[in-house]
Amino acid sequence: MGVVKLELKGISKAFGTFYANQDIDLVVESGQIHCLLGENGAGKSTLMNVLYGLYEPTAGQILVDDQPVNFRGPGDAMAAGIGMVHQHFMLVPVFTVAENVALGAEPTTFGGVLSIDETRKKIREISDKYGFDVDPDALVEDLPVGVQQRVEIIKALVREAKVLILDEPTAVLTPQETDELLDIMRQLKAGGTSIVFISHKLREVKAVSDVITVVRRGKVVGDAPPSASATELASMMVGRPVSLSLNKAPAQPKETTFVVENLTVRAANGTNVVDGISFTIAQGEILAVAGVQGNGQTELTEAILGVQEHVTGSVTLDGKQLLGLPVKDVLRSGVGFVPEDRTVDGLVGPFSVAENLVLDLYDQAPFASGISMKPAKVAEHAKAKIEEFDIRTPSAGSAAGTLSGGNQQKVVMARELSRPLRLFIASQPTRGVDVGSIEFLHKRIVAERDVGTPVMIVSTELDEVIELADRIAVLYKGKLVGIVPAGTPRDTLGLMMAGVGPEGGSDD
Amino acid sequence: MSATTTAPKPGSTALPAFRPSMKVPLSLGILALIALVFFGFLGPDQTAEMKISDAGDAVAVPALMIPGQVGGVVLGILLLAMAAYSIYLWTQGERSPKWLPIAFAVVFVFALLVWIVAGARQPSISLAGLVAGSVTLAVPLVFGSLSGVLCERVGVVNIAIEGQLLGGAFTAALVATMTGSPYIGLIAAAAAGAAVSMVLAVFSIKYLVNQIIVGVVLNVLVSGLTGFLYGTLMVPNKEQFNTPGRLDILPIPLLSDIPIIGPILFEQSIAGYLMYIAVAVVWFGLFKTRWGLRVRAVGEHPQAADTLGINVNATRFRNVTLGGAIAGIGGAVFTLVTIDSFTKDISGGRGFIALAALIFGRWNPIGAFLASLLFGFAYNLQSILGIIGTPVPSQFMAMLPYLVTIFAVAGLVGKSRPPAASGIPYVKG
Repeated sequence: MGVVKLELKGISKAFGTFYANQDIDLVVESGQIHCLLGENGAGKSTLMNVLYGLYEPTAGQILVDDQPVNFRGPGDAMAAGIGMVHQHFMLVPVFTVAENVALGAEPTTFGGVLSIDETRKKIREISDKYGFDVDPDALVEDLPVGVQQRVEIIKALVREAKVLILDEPTAVLTPQETDELLDIMRQLKAGGTSIVFISHKLREVKAVSDVITVVRRGKVVGDAPPSASATELASMMVGRPVSLSLNKAPAQPKETTFVVENLTVRAANGTNVVDGISFTIAQGEILAVAGVQGNGQTELTEAILGVQEHVTGSVTLDGKQLLGLPVKDVLRSGVGFVPEDRTVDGLVGPFSVAENLVLDLYDQAPFASGISMKPAKVAEHAKAKIEEFDIRTPSAGSAAGTLSGGNQQKVVMARELSRPLRLFIASQPTRGVDVGSIEFLHKRIVAERDVGTPVMIVSTELDEVIELADRIAVLYKGKLVGIVPAGTPRDTLGLMMAGVGPEGGSDD
Repeated sequence: MSATTTAPKPGSTALPAFRPSMKVPLSLGILALIALVFFGFLGPDQTAEMKISDAGDAVAVPALMIPGQVGGVVLGILLLAMAAYSIYLWTQGERSPKWLPIAFAVVFVFALLVWIVAGARQPSISLAGLVAGSVTLAVPLVFGSLSGVLCERVGVVNIAIEGQLLGGAFTAALVATMTGSPYIGLIAAAAAGAAVSMVLAVFSIKYLVNQIIVGVVLNVLVSGLTGFLYGTLMVPNKEQFNTPGRLDILPIPLLSDIPIIGPILFEQSIAGYLMYIAVAVVWFGLFKTRWGLRVRAVGEHPQAADTLGINVNATRFRNVTLGGAIAGIGGAVFTLVTIDSFTKDISGGRGFIALAALIFGRWNPIGAFLASLLFGFAYNLQSILGIIGTPVPSQFMAMLPYLVTIFAVAGLVGKSRPPAASGIPYVKG
């Protein structure tokens, strides 16, 4: 296999006046796993899209084997030996694996007639070589995400990619699938393929990289060896010292006030997306719900809040049945709820920060009397919360949608925590949030626990679950695989997330 | 497979067993009862004559003589049996096989036909004529629905089929008259259809205007424009501008003498043969060639196609233009085959029926072809039954094609899945 050295010189990419990448230099030596580490929004994906020919750089040069190249589109990049696996897979769901792999570089006979058999053969070869276990005739939409990702890798390999870009490849995988992927990456490297590995997960980066380049706010901060400590790497990502461990005190669980029994949510297609789930949470403890995305977490939290239809079972808080109540009554019962997608369900983007902070209380004293709102009280409230939660905003009147992800999340969290709570539910509390804000948000969640509120956290990030949980519940395909104490080994949790029960093979 | 799947848990919460929808068995049952009572017990007592071969055919096949009431009862019982089978399958928790509703529909239509013919003043029809006429009337529909297939498969909703047909019909009449050759008229019609389609392409692909709105506006625009030119140009100067002449019927020797299928397949104008070729070529192209794979990828997941170096918008533009050209040829059939002059709004909503045929045919060229034949049959039945004098009021008969359309699309299609990116403009990044 030929090897390729890839060099980026002074690459800048501007969208309007905003520079997503500024003067980036990067050298990917052949046969290495080169990690690009940075927070969400640091400009990693933009940089790779430039390299892959999807964006045209505003300034700078790309060199392949010391020769300057000019990519007009992904076709040029592929011809130069660069392959990319996108974070959101670029696979046509209704096509077979072979059709997806063939697309764009189809083997044909006379007159453009497809000879898909050739592609099938190639897929089998690659699949056997790396132990991918991919059936060329399977429909992509029927495959689990882990296998779909391998199809993407095969797509690049069939095109004889010498450099493979993997954009946040582990975001959708279970811990086991992640480990398998890391193995595949090592095999590819051994076979002479260079890999650019984009991630913000320190553990994976340290496990597999040869070189780590840290990117912050569109600029290269510096390189680090994989032996660098997680704290060092995190500090480079954020730009100031951060402490990664929470050091929370052990839980002091008191009375059990929140009880979910046999909760089932039926989806439109007749399957149970939440399937007979029962658990309890005591005052002063955090139950973290772990699981790979799409295993019923969204429906579970929304069923408790009352925005799901076709829910059966029982949800009681302080002995009061919540199921069947309007959402407003559920909230008035003392439920604080942080939705998983703040931009869709958590905030009204064009509204000001001050208004967003009272979205749940705008019609009540002290913010309203009769039909009139009291702007002075709202502003006063906003000032206090902005200070308390360290929300970085130009002013209380700025539109919430213009804030960074971390600050938006602080607005949501501040609003939900400003009522006296009997139950606090936070879904993906730190998704897309910078490392610095994560620390702060985690402390606030623990603080809420320590005042004696039952807390339920839903997270697809196993690190976060392990960090926060006093007990861990694992969901798989809408069912509760089990509830295990904090301190359960990562491997066990990983297996549970793939549906294997905590004790050997049994599920319950 | 690396995915670990859990074994089913015998002791866990029991769910009610899966039950298929009872829509199909129930509707079959009701229709069978209607057929038995109205076509059978209350049926007319004349005997219906169904001629299979015409006098001039090489092979003479005797006509079918079916007594109205007895035939109705027999067919009604047959229908009831099929419905019962479907209901039995439903009680066993199984879906009815796909052929069952189709076979049911065929028998039901036959029973309907016997009922109407036996009740007519002149209880005799020619089956060969009925089928051949259906194909003739279906030709513009087939071209129109192929245009729709080409556009939707690539991600552009083509509501403008009606406008493309009409533009083709007008241009064919005009150019054929002025040049004196219907064949040049046919080519001009393709160009006119393509031109209409390019407007759709430019606005919906380049300027991202809502595709439905552009399509509707185009239909109105073409109708107005051709109506205006017809009134100011063609009506006062019919000889000069609106006597296109017809495309010759080119029967293929021997083959065209086979009863029933002879006249259908082998006694056509060039447009009719082009239709068969177009269906075959579009099907083969879409599913067996590189071009087709790329087209379908663009219609399903344009971003994926883009990341593989396929130019999404150029592909869309080409396909929409090609679709317009095909619809244009379909339009020419109105003025060069069916009759030999243009009249205002001659396409008469066939473009929308073609749209229904494309959906009924599940975005597949062959499916669209068969659906078009069904609609063509409905159109033809309406006119033939008018001729033999049925007791059914003519206004009701005129509704037939549209009733068939509604029932076909609403009832029998079920959940078909359009191309995922159909109707969604593609913007990079």
